[in-house]
Amino acid sequence: MSELDGVPKPEELLKIDYQPPRKGWMDTPVNFKPGTYNYPAASKNHKILELPFPREWSPMEEDWKLPENWKEIVVNGIAERLSKYRSFKVFMDICVRCGACADKCHFFLGSGDPKNMPVLRAELLRSIYRKEFTAAGKVLGKLAGGRELTPTVIKEWFYYFYQCTECRRCSVFCPYGIDTAEITMIGRELLYLLGLGINWALEPAAKCFMTGNHLGVYPHTLKDTLEFFADDIEDITGVRVEIPLNKKGADILFVTPSGDYFADPGTFTCMGYLILFHELGLNYTWSTYASEGGNFGLFTSHEMIKRLNAKIYAEAKRLGVKWILGGECGHMWRVIHQYMDTMNGPADFLQEPVSPITGTKFENAKSTKMVHIMEFTADLIKHNKLKLDPSRNDKLKVTFHDSCNPARAMGIFEEPRYVIRNVCKEFYDMPENTIKEKTFCCAGGAGLGNDENMEMRLRGGLPRGNAVKYVQEKHGVNRLACMCAIDRATLVPLCDYWAPGVQVTGIHEMVANALVLKGEKERETDLRGEPLKELEE
Amino acid sequence: MKFEEILSQHKPALVKKWFHLVLRTYPEETATFLKNENDPFANPVGATIFKGIEDLFDGLIKEGNHKQISSFLDRIIHIRAVQEFTPAQALSFIFMLKKVIRDELKKEFKEKELFDEFLTFESKIDELALAAFNRYVECREKVFELRANEVKNRYSGLVRRLNRIPKTPEEKTKSKSYKK
Ligand code: SF4
Ligand code: SF4
Repeated sequence: MSELDGVPKPEELLKIDYQPPRKGWMDTPVNFKPGTYNYPAASKNHKILELPFPREWSPMEEDWKLPENWKEIVVNGIAERLSKYRSFKVFMDICVRCGACADKCHFFLGSGDPKNMPVLRAELLRSIYRKEFTAAGKVLGKLAGGRELTPTVIKEWFYYFYQCTECRRCSVFCPYGIDTAEITMIGRELLYLLGLGINWALEPAAKCFMTGNHLGVYPHTLKDTLEFFADDIEDITGVRVEIPLNKKGADILFVTPSGDYFADPGTFTCMGYLILFHELGLNYTWSTYASEGGNFGLFTSHEMIKRLNAKIYAEAKRLGVKWILGGECGHMWRVIHQYMDTMNGPADFLQEPVSPITGTKFENAKSTKMVHIMEFTADLIKHNKLKLDPSRNDKLKVTFHDSCNPARAMGIFEEPRYVIRNVCKEFYDMPENTIKEKTFCCAGGAGLGNDENMEMRLRGGLPRGNAVKYVQEKHGVNRLACMCAIDRATLVPLCDYWAPGVQVTGIHEMVANALVLKGEKERETDLRGEPLKELEE
Repeated sequence: MKFEEILSQHKPALVKKWFHLVLRTYPEETATFLKNENDPFANPVGATIFKGIEDLFDGLIKEGNHKQISSFLDRIIHIRAVQEFTPAQALSFIFMLKKVIRDELKKEFKEKELFDEFLTFESKIDELALAAFNRYVECREKVFELRANEVKNRYSGLVRRLNRIPKTPEEKTKSKSYKK
């Protein structure tokens, strides 16, 4: 066979039938093309977390080395979850296939693959549910939308449940509120029962289990890291900030994603927190064990969410704080808002959060006792407690990416915009159907933000990139702000491909640039060490 | 009537046919959506392809501003370079214009003795295809560059910091930020 086999010759191109072969979705097999799937989890990580069937395997190989009774395991796994989660049972039953969700998923929009329509993604599992658990499906099979559970189905699950970032955009449009993200979560749980996971989610989970954070940073390294930030801050502002670590009796425990310890531009946001808390004279502390707000358990299983989240309340209790403040993270807030209280609460040893600076009661955090930093900072600005010089951000033309989880799992839209508008002069929102509850995902959340999956991420990132490009061309936008550590990593290549020239920033980086500190020297650079004003050409 | 005028006159029909042919490179359900949703933010792929080929068509019949042509090309190719296509499939959309024009107007050009112009025009499409090939390769290179950067980016803050640790004694006395 020559290398050019399969490539049409010019004259053939004119005769070619451009129609792709028509096949029902159930019969279209999965093609594991490099760049479009995630590497399997290393067996050592399965072992650390005591997950079943640890082994080395590859999606590219025919044989996935499934356990002998794999079918029974999956069917029992579905049965258990149907009885445990009412939502799952309802979602399996009530979809009327109206199609309202079909064109709302960024992976469908970017890839054009129909199996990325949320309704079909759910159907991957629903078809098995019908066959195994409904009377009609048992008898009529395909006619009733049921299908046989085969290893091909498992491969399809692995491919498509890891082409869902659990972003919940589709659920906003479903008249029944079916949340495909939750179906994906169950699908992933079932895969884990067979020892099938992805490393980008499981390795951080395993590290988190051992050290408290996804990066596996030990206490002394965390201390060093924060002190390095303090050095940088001193160079830039002339002010030395303190680093309270494991301080018993502090008022507030601060918890933030570890993604911001080592990776730019998240590091600058982390410096931003230190500067803000110093200026406020806040009696707060970091914890070297609750050193991670994120929770890759969310991308693994419900059980894992609980295991990894437990340390936050445990540390709050040990340190004897009054309440907890949480940094700029995305999925961490979904866990805190929707699961923490029921899974690891009640946090009755904590107090209802009150800002020590303004006296504002955060009643929305009455039960979790954990406040989002954007609410905290917006409240400070509203009460005129910060001296801000927005002109120090004059070189920035900013737009804001609503991260999926704070937007759709929390509904926090206005606070970040309010803060941004107060710390920089030029802010432009992206088009209405791409922001707030309709925001488009970065396509790298839920464990998919790894390098091997880059091509798929770029497909899924297209709708977001397209909207960024639009404000870039229309208003000259050059910064994409976000309040999520995963975004601060994943939006960087997204912009580089779809809207080159736009850089990514956290919000507290901009806050700290604008914040005038007592006793500071005249600032020449921003936190990135770059000149405050754009150099004249 | 001149050759370009004929093309211009038939533009709406030609572009539509071209668009539909391009859509047929996608699965059926997808093609229906790409065709019917007009909001450029709800349907970035469909909208970009439509606008892109329309502008390409204009560029080809007017005396071409090549830079412009390449920005339209760029957008379509950026999309198709990361979708589930082989390189040939990704770029086939350009040759489809030939098919459309041949199907629709070849006879008319023959009758009106504009066949030479027709051949020249086809050569222009071939040139476009070559330009597209360059773009495509650039996009693929970019994807691999982004992949490679990911590993670096994960520790960029750390590396930045390590690079600043003073190594010689003079550097150490000079540096404020080395306090330990
Ligand atoms: S919008 Fe809801 S009911 Fe309609 S197809 Fe999607 S999941 Fe089913
Ligand atoms: S949750 Fe997000 S990624 Fe998953 S199917 Fe819905 S829109 Fe797509």
